[in-house]
Amino acid sequence: MIKLFKVKEKQRELAENASGGAPIKKQTAGELRLHKDISELNLPKSCAMHFPNGKDDLMNFEVSIRPDEGYYMGGTFLFSFQVSPIYPHEAPKVKCKTKVYHPNIDLEGNVCLNILREDWKPVLNINTVIYGLYHLFTEPNYEDPLNHDAAAVLRENPKLFESNVRRAMAGGYVGQIFFPRCM
Amino acid sequence: MADTSPQPSRSRDLDKLLLRPGNLVGPRFEPGPETRDDLQAYARVLVVGAGGLGCELLKDLALTGFRNLDVIDMDRIEVTNLNRQFLFRLEDVGKPKAEVAAKRVMERISGVNIVPHFCRIEDKDISFYNDFNIIALGLDSIEARSYINGVACSFLEYDSYNNPREETIKPMVDGGTEGFKGHARVILPGITPCFECTIWLFPPQVKFPLCTLAETPRTAAHCIEYAHLIKWNEVHGGTAFDPDDPEHMKWVYNEALKRAELFGIPGVTYSLTQGVVKNIIPAIASTNAIISAACALETLKIATECSKTLSNYLSYNGTQGVHTKVTEFERDKDCLVCGPGVLIEVEPSVTLQKFIYLLEEHPKLWLSRASVSHQGKNLYLQAPTVLEEMTRSNLSQTLFNLMGKVTRDIVHVNGTATKNDQKISCMRKLLVVFKGTDGVADMDTAGGA
Repeated sequence: MIKLFKVKEKQRELAENASGGAPIKKQTAGELRLHKDISELNLPKSCAMHFPNGKDDLMNFEVSIRPDEGYYMGGTFLFSFQVSPIYPHEAPKVKCKTKVYHPNIDLEGNVCLNILREDWKPVLNINTVIYGLYHLFTEPNYEDPLNHDAAAVLRENPKLFESNVRRAMAGGYVGQIFFPRCM
Repeated sequence: MADTSPQPSRSRDLDKLLLRPGNLVGPRFEPGPETRDDLQAYARVLVVGAGGLGCELLKDLALTGFRNLDVIDMDRIEVTNLNRQFLFRLEDVGKPKAEVAAKRVMERISGVNIVPHFCRIEDKDISFYNDFNIIALGLDSIEARSYINGVACSFLEYDSYNNPREETIKPMVDGGTEGFKGHARVILPGITPCFECTIWLFPPQVKFPLCTLAETPRTAAHCIEYAHLIKWNEVHGGTAFDPDDPEHMKWVYNEALKRAELFGIPGVTYSLTQGVVKNIIPAIASTNAIISAACALETLKIATECSKTLSNYLSYNGTQGVHTKVTEFERDKDCLVCGPGVLIEVEPSVTLQKFIYLLEEHPKLWLSRASVSHQGKNLYLQAPTVLEEMTRSNLSQTLFNLMGKVTRDIVHVNGTATKNDQKISCMRKLLVVFKGTDGVADMDTAGGA
């Protein structure tokens, strides 16, 4: 290719002072795939999306989930999504922004959902993750606890768990911990 | 007494390749000193990364006869680099890797000019990368490879028969090592698979379930990840964890140690903590040297055509004895990054709405409910409602205006295609050419300005 390099070098010298175009934002393969995921979303009415940075930043968004059955019916829970440029090779990073009394979500907003970590696969998509999150509210699971206390209560005394959840969602204390209202 | 034999020429070994004909040479290869001189005068190579592989690459390329090199790296030298990143000395700790590496190689190898760039790869304009004839990668992350691959493929253009235009091909030589294993590959966008065509080659990252970390840690790594992912946020709330801050690392190590004691788990050390948190795999100097040598040779072969290039992926495993194998991977014909895209010629007066309708009728696409994006800007999204509303006003504008009045450019679309009576969701790359603008309708004379 060296002859080609030679030709190019000459062209480069000629073009040296010609002004280049405005720097172009590079669209990553992750963005392209996410674009597809998002435009194909098929969400239940109980889930809504927000794009705080506008229509051209899809890599950071929020999803609010309002369960219409189960312990958490009537509450609204906000999740932030951060998507990497090598998505879907890497799972989106998801945090719960609403403080919630839940066996699988800790008080810092970490979420224990298998498809977000150990079981993530590139064939999964944003829709799957949102349904997974929704599922956590309809079927909280004491076998994979992140909030140990909440998990123990759910296991030992589901009635008490239910009233704890109602109290937390209405805005109040469960034990020593205060939960802001989210209904 | 004095050695009377003449000094062997510095290019003695190189000359064996460049001054003699051979059976595996490329069709345009002309043996002779001119090739050697041109290599020195005209070949410009960018080395991405000045770490374990990057140091080797710079040295190897300089000794191979390349004289115009640039190196880009955002890191500063750390003490733990010194065992293998042989261009660095103890007194260099804290200095930018790219600058020290360039200086050391220039001191040792006369005639070579290396320009260092101490910055992130994303900080450079795309046009910076177009100034190089070949890009050699000595990187340790998928993200960075994917980024450079995207940049290199963005220069690629195809002719009207969907053959890549040779002058737009930006060859890449990618090296990678992990302990005793490594790979070297040649990426000629449009000819051999690009990084994105074969991204599935990378194994998924190992991630532990958060609940295991929180409840039932069984290994030292579990304890470290607990301190790093859960405990840190609990205690430090707003402060983001910085893996390059030794104080942060020390804190995580101490917390991990406490947790390990609580559960009677042995094995938490400071270096394991660094390893787990920063995803460090022990680097072996000799693996780097072997992979770099393969990469430098491929770079020389691409530049001079003195021999066929590797086709197209060499894997090396030195764990038990030595095992190497070359695999010819295939391109993904629909690759969104290096594929040609489907050519669509439209009038500049076509609105976005009309364009979306045209995609439904297009015999190569049959694409309905299309969402459209151009250079990172979302022109129209069918869903979700919030985004549809934000982009709806674009529908009545002309595509030509929305694309910044360029004569031709790539857009990406996704929607539902009908194939054999089945509806499948798909994503396509399109090359949109506006008729009658700068006579671009004829692809062969379009050129690639």
